[in-house]
Amino acid sequence: MTNEQIRQAVLQIISVIAPDEELTHVKSDVPLRDQLELDSMDFLDIVMELRKRYSVEVPEADYGQLASLDSCVTYLAPKLKDK
Amino acid sequence: MNHHRRIVITGIGLTSPNGNTLAEYRANLLKGVSGVVWFETRYMGKVLAGVCTYDPLKYQMKKEVRRGTRAGSISIYCCQEAVADAKLDVPALDKNRVGVYLGITEHGNVETENEIYNISQFNYDTKFWSHHHNPRTVANSPAGEVTLNMGITGPHYTIGAACAAGNAGVIQGAQMLLLDEVDVALAGGVSESIHTFGIFASFASQNALASHSDPTKASRPFDRDRNGIVCSEGGCVFVLERLDHAEARGARIYGEIVGYHMNSDASDFVLPNALRHVECMQTALKRAGIAPQDIDIVSTHATATPLGDIQECQALRTVFADCPKTHFNNTKSFIGHAMGAAGALELAGNLPAFDDGVVHPTINVDHLDPQCEVPNLVLNTPKKLPRVDYILNNSSGMLGINSVVIVKRV
Repeated sequence: MTNEQIRQAVLQIISVIAPDEELTHVKSDVPLRDQLELDSMDFLDIVMELRKRYSVEVPEADYGQLASLDSCVTYLAPKLKDK
Repeated sequence: MNHHRRIVITGIGLTSPNGNTLAEYRANLLKGVSGVVWFETRYMGKVLAGVCTYDPLKYQMKKEVRRGTRAGSISIYCCQEAVADAKLDVPALDKNRVGVYLGITEHGNVETENEIYNISQFNYDTKFWSHHHNPRTVANSPAGEVTLNMGITGPHYTIGAACAAGNAGVIQGAQMLLLDEVDVALAGGVSESIHTFGIFASFASQNALASHSDPTKASRPFDRDRNGIVCSEGGCVFVLERLDHAEARGARIYGEIVGYHMNSDASDFVLPNALRHVECMQTALKRAGIAPQDIDIVSTHATATPLGDIQECQALRTVFADCPKTHFNNTKSFIGHAMGAAGALELAGNLPAFDDGVVHPTINVDHLDPQCEVPNLVLNTPKKLPRVDYILNNSSGMLGINSVVIVKRV
């Protein structure tokens, strides 16, 4: 997957988890929780969806890597390069 | 009696398979409109069920709906509607003094089935089991969702009481008001049970699941050709207050809860016990300080199982042996069996009779089972009475649990 595909994949997951949120103006370099109503259960949902959709495992120690869209892309790119 | 010791109903919120407000529901009960439809369920295909059409997004964000449960969503809708109907000044309410008491037949089966199906798509690997499972399935979940949605900080819990649960929720709310634990009780019952195949499959295995080519004819208590239960979802919540509290704010009063009782059959897992039904109704009448002759409407529990209806009618004939003005009806014939919501919905459907004097009927009785004959059983068309002063609402459930609520016109 390209970086843009990963970015869109994460946004698509968030659109399901946070269906009331407007995502068109999400800033890539700003923490998602500073822009959106996301709590710890939502982040667990993101982790679960990455597992279900892309067979990607995100260990708890790495949850901080999913803070922003940019950091998601950086963290997930090597894991999704062959997807 | 001291007005601080009298409990009144000042608001009603409900969703039923044939109505999402009391007015719509009552109108359909008087017009003979059923809410039973064909419903697709996992593993079993189309089954007969009562399905609600309320708008969850009237009071919830999409995320709340996704994260919570159907029972929680129904509870939120009913509580919000009840509070609005009661014209409570919500911002001015002391939220510590509001309690939520919801009867449930069961909770968690829907969510557990969904998770098992979910992991079945991943070769039963439990790492795909959702972290939402526990908060969705704790037994207080439907009532807890209400407190989260409405910012209520008083007590909340559910009352597991099989199909006697709707009345049980009302009784619990009344008792907490009498104990002065709260000033406002949101009390009633809810059910999401149609969203798991298990309830249908279990009734089918028990030979107690209704079948009929026409869904609207499927739920037919007291009819000779009845063949079982139509499962339904739904909810009904009453705003209960002490009379002095209600009068102080000039509230509209639907009726006063003057009598109630619960007891246990202690005789069988599923078969009802007419003697215990009798004792339950008689004890409620005694608590109300009235005679059977004073009751104008008895809202029966009958679910359209061959034996259950007969047992209840035996009990009714015993308690109301010499009661020429007492009339009997059944609401499940319209909406099916709404399980934890059933008792509360059935009571709500009858309360407007205090104003219009009309007893809604039992529909779908083409051939009355002789063993279900009860004097003044109102069949198929509504009946106008000169005046309605007392309604007795009868419910019972598996493991032998009975609940009766008596409401008086105020």
